[in-house]
Amino acid sequence: MATSSRLDAKIPQGSLEDKWEKYKSSVPLVNPANKRNIEVIVVGTGLAGASAAATLAEMGYKVKAFCFQDSPRRAHSIAAQGGINAAKNYQNDGDSVHRLFYDTIKGGDYRSREANVHRLAEVSGNIIDQCVAQGVPFAREYGGLLSNRSFGGVQVQRTFYAAGQTGQQLLLGAYSGLQRQVGMGTITMYNRHEMLDVVKIDGKCRGIIARNLITGELERHSAHAVLLCTGGYGNVFYLSTNAMGSNVTAAWKAHKRGAFFANPCFTQIHPTCIPVSGEHQSKLTLMSESLRNDGRIWVPKKQNDTRAGNAIPEDERDYYLERRYPAFGNLVPRDIASRAAKERCDAGYGVGTSKLAVFLDFSAAFHRYGQGEANKNNITNASESQILEWGKAVVKEKYGNLFDMYKQITGEDPYEVPMRIYPAVHYTMGGLWVDYNLMTTVPGLYSLGEANFSDHGANRLGASALMQGLADGYFVIPITVGAYLAGEIRTGHISTDHEAFVKTEKEVKDRIEKLISIQGNTSPELFHRRLGKIMWDKCGMGRNEKGLKEAIVEIRALREEFWKDVKVMGKIGDFNPELDKANRVADFIELGELMCIDALTRNESCGGHFREEYQTEEGEALRDDENFMFVSAWEHIDSEKWELHKEDLVYDNIKIAQRSYK
Amino acid sequence: MSWFTQALTSSIGKKLIMSLTGLFLISFLVIHATINAMIFYNDGGETFSHWGHFMGTNPIIRTLEIGLVLGFLLHIADGLWLTKANNDARPVKYAVSNASANSKWYSRSMGLLGTLILIFLVIHTSHFWIPNRTNQFATGEELNLYQMMLDIFQNVWVVLIYVAGCFSLFWHLLHGFESAFKSLGLYHVKYNGAIHFVGVAFSIVIPVLFALMPISIFFGWVY
Amino acid sequence: MSAGNMRLTLKVWRQSNTNTQGGFENYNLDGVSPDMSFLEMFDILNEQLIEENKEPVAFDHDCREGICGMCSMFINGQPHGPLKGVTTCQLHMRSFQDGDTITVEPWRAGAFPVIKDLVVDRDGFDRIISAGGFVSVNTGNAQDANNLPIAKEDADDAFSAAACIGCGACVAACKNASAMLFVSAKISQLALLPQGQAERSIRAEKMVAQMDAEGFGNCTNTHACSAECPKEISFENIARMNREYLGAKVSSKAV
Repeated sequence: MATSSRLDAKIPQGSLEDKWEKYKSSVPLVNPANKRNIEVIVVGTGLAGASAAATLAEMGYKVKAFCFQDSPRRAHSIAAQGGINAAKNYQNDGDSVHRLFYDTIKGGDYRSREANVHRLAEVSGNIIDQCVAQGVPFAREYGGLLSNRSFGGVQVQRTFYAAGQTGQQLLLGAYSGLQRQVGMGTITMYNRHEMLDVVKIDGKCRGIIARNLITGELERHSAHAVLLCTGGYGNVFYLSTNAMGSNVTAAWKAHKRGAFFANPCFTQIHPTCIPVSGEHQSKLTLMSESLRNDGRIWVPKKQNDTRAGNAIPEDERDYYLERRYPAFGNLVPRDIASRAAKERCDAGYGVGTSKLAVFLDFSAAFHRYGQGEANKNNITNASESQILEWGKAVVKEKYGNLFDMYKQITGEDPYEVPMRIYPAVHYTMGGLWVDYNLMTTVPGLYSLGEANFSDHGANRLGASALMQGLADGYFVIPITVGAYLAGEIRTGHISTDHEAFVKTEKEVKDRIEKLISIQGNTSPELFHRRLGKIMWDKCGMGRNEKGLKEAIVEIRALREEFWKDVKVMGKIGDFNPELDKANRVADFIELGELMCIDALTRNESCGGHFREEYQTEEGEALRDDENFMFVSAWEHIDSEKWELHKEDLVYDNIKIAQRSYK
Repeated sequence: MSWFTQALTSSIGKKLIMSLTGLFLISFLVIHATINAMIFYNDGGETFSHWGHFMGTNPIIRTLEIGLVLGFLLHIADGLWLTKANNDARPVKYAVSNASANSKWYSRSMGLLGTLILIFLVIHTSHFWIPNRTNQFATGEELNLYQMMLDIFQNVWVVLIYVAGCFSLFWHLLHGFESAFKSLGLYHVKYNGAIHFVGVAFSIVIPVLFALMPISIFFGWVY
Repeated sequence: MSAGNMRLTLKVWRQSNTNTQGGFENYNLDGVSPDMSFLEMFDILNEQLIEENKEPVAFDHDCREGICGMCSMFINGQPHGPLKGVTTCQLHMRSFQDGDTITVEPWRAGAFPVIKDLVVDRDGFDRIISAGGFVSVNTGNAQDANNLPIAKEDADDAFSAAACIGCGACVAACKNASAMLFVSAKISQLALLPQGQAERSIRAEKMVAQMDAEGFGNCTNTHACSAECPKEISFENIARMNREYLGAKVSSKAV
């Protein structure tokens, strides 16, 4: 096996620990006077986009930032609850850059690139410093120092958090940096704008076509580099924890213009989401992984047990994660916890009306914390109900907002009855293929954050998405983009009258007109639901050859039907959310096909990709390192046609082993 | 604009003026109520007239009275200005508003209550203050305010108007007293309870005291 | 398509763009489940409208888990509806009765012009943040995070203020369409933290000036804003902002 000649990861020479340091001191720079004449477009204003835009503008580049929401502060990074990892070792529990690096590679089931992950671990500490300096109110101990907690797949406490709203606080920090630059005139902000295509001139990315979502006008924007920070594509499943507007369109357009799409089948199913309550459901809500610090997951030992959770006695409960994975218990990584829940439900042990749920139970935590409070206050004769009451108060302080949210959505009080949870699509590890510089296979086109494939392999550990988004935006791209832009100082302003802009805009316009002219019978929403069902049933938590082949056929048929029968109301030159949705769904359908092809090609199980044919006797994922230790990078050739390029993964610093959390 | 005018014409500055003039008028209410309450000695107006004479003739008090008039005018003008600006801030109104779910009606009706109090003030000053001062300017003599009270408050309609004025004042104070402290930024968990208690007590005691004057005279309890 | 059996009459504000006059339209909706969120109920309404070849109702929404601050409906006279401490997306139909008539309007404020139907333009909030809602620290300038101990109480208070999602319910609820709760939450967060001290005065001055320039109303201290705030941001912040602003005006060197 050899890496495709089309894929040059540009990993710097030298030992793993020195690569980034050496790279930083040798990468070409753009002098301040030249920076003022270089334009950079940033699409998306989540953690990666907002931090990149702010930092590049601080450095002196002319930045244009785009988001489809009404304000950059709305990006879905805001919904991340639990926390952000950093190898600070503030808890003195043996953490280090190497350990974070190792945990991330192992957590990703040995399908990520060593050099990128190590760099991520190296800059992780700087992220916390930067955020604190911005005024991000992280949780603190009474001594005034930062507090940490644990997340899945890890045996140290390295997760920094701000109650259950860490993503929000980090995003507002990055957003404040971005708005500061907007105020200074170094960033021009285009909100309610959606990128609909990438413009290439002589093989280089030179700008984008964006639609003003209020007026419907198409706009041409040129730049010397374009950064796609557009998040993941989990909404291909229709139901996911993503925001309603989260979409793949920007990345997909880039893909169709020559950017390879890597590991599309690597999707993360988060184990602790509120179960689906009915057909009407439009999205799923996550219950933070941090809950697994204190909650215990179980199902009844008896199949089809219809008793209420509290009515099932202790010895008739199966704490299956603690049973199967004694070393990590309830804090196994997400892919493993999700699969274990599915396994129990498929075997008939599920709970709730749908039988597609397991219990997440805090009664032991109530008791433990309550007893702790009693001890602290020297009360020896506390009654059981007093202890429970005190324990609930402690839990409320830690997770109150999550418990409230659960109650609001389900109508059940989790302080009284165990929560019901079930896995749901949450994050996509796959994304645009990027090299060490975060550049895609299109020169001048970069991809950051969840939109790229780079750091999480086949499974992402909790609290690592925020880390990666901010690492890419604050600390990586500002350095690596110089390598390319140093060669652009003589280019000068790029005219949007260039024929490539005219042609691309025409193609976008034609597609929009086509969409609205079909006037069929089915709304984009219903197509999206149907796509989601195919994807979840056949390319979801468990996949097999037969199902994937069926899915490909079904998706192709769905795509044809879509282009014949979609019904888009409203006008083109108008604020038209239906048209926006139709545009996005059309791209999701194409992506869905590629995901199934990728899943079908990868004849192994690893991380979030579980091919039912490839499992150990104990039902664990069975990797095939000999044949599949590579990144699948797909080149778009034509409709229904892709070419696979492989990037070998070389592990010089880590001993590859079967991933065990037992 | 200088920093000073900038500060006073800003949204917070306008509230500052409202707050300071309000507190100043509250201090006036204390004096006014205290002196008028002298009628409850029921000594034929002797104590009342003694202090009334002092207030009406002492040069310091007379000078301060100019400040009082200015305070009223500023409070009213600022109130009108704020009401206009606030009205403009929402050009299209809600068809359905369930504001009682989030706030007290009298908090939302300060402009209305203020206007009622202003109407009352016109009536009230034309009963006492204006004739008295006019007479002082013309003749140098004060009128017998006590006797005027006894006369004027024989009319049941006048009494009712005065009681209504006191109700307006009660609600205006019930919101305004505490609100003045908030606008000044004086809001702290340690002192809010005390401010609230004093505010409510003040809003009740002063209007009740005022209302009792015409009522007592009308019913002949004070003569 | 859904298992519900509630019947509702919806009175929804329709307006094709900023420059046209809007008005209410009445819609009858069947089959609403009490487990639906308010926005899922609107999804059903929109599917129904599409089937009838009518243009669906435009409304802002994104995360649907109560944190992005995009959803913004004024429901039966209250921003985000009758329930305390939740956004429209987290309001569920079990808060309503079968047979109810529900009136839905956009946020109304001169500073929040209607873009379409229930969608309003809240760019003013971004401009206020641009005026000073930040700590001027360039990437890479930071010292080690634990070099700056912050009392837990201050960090917690700052967090409570920082929890604002910028939805604009405070403006919508205020009888004066005042943005003071929003502005004061940011001023408070940074005034409470040591990182915010360097720009404390100038921040208060500039953010308030921008707030005024946007055309928001003044504060009457009715507390409607914090009573309706989905994140229950404390009214205390407004008092703190008053202090910060007046203090800044008196003490800063800007003449």
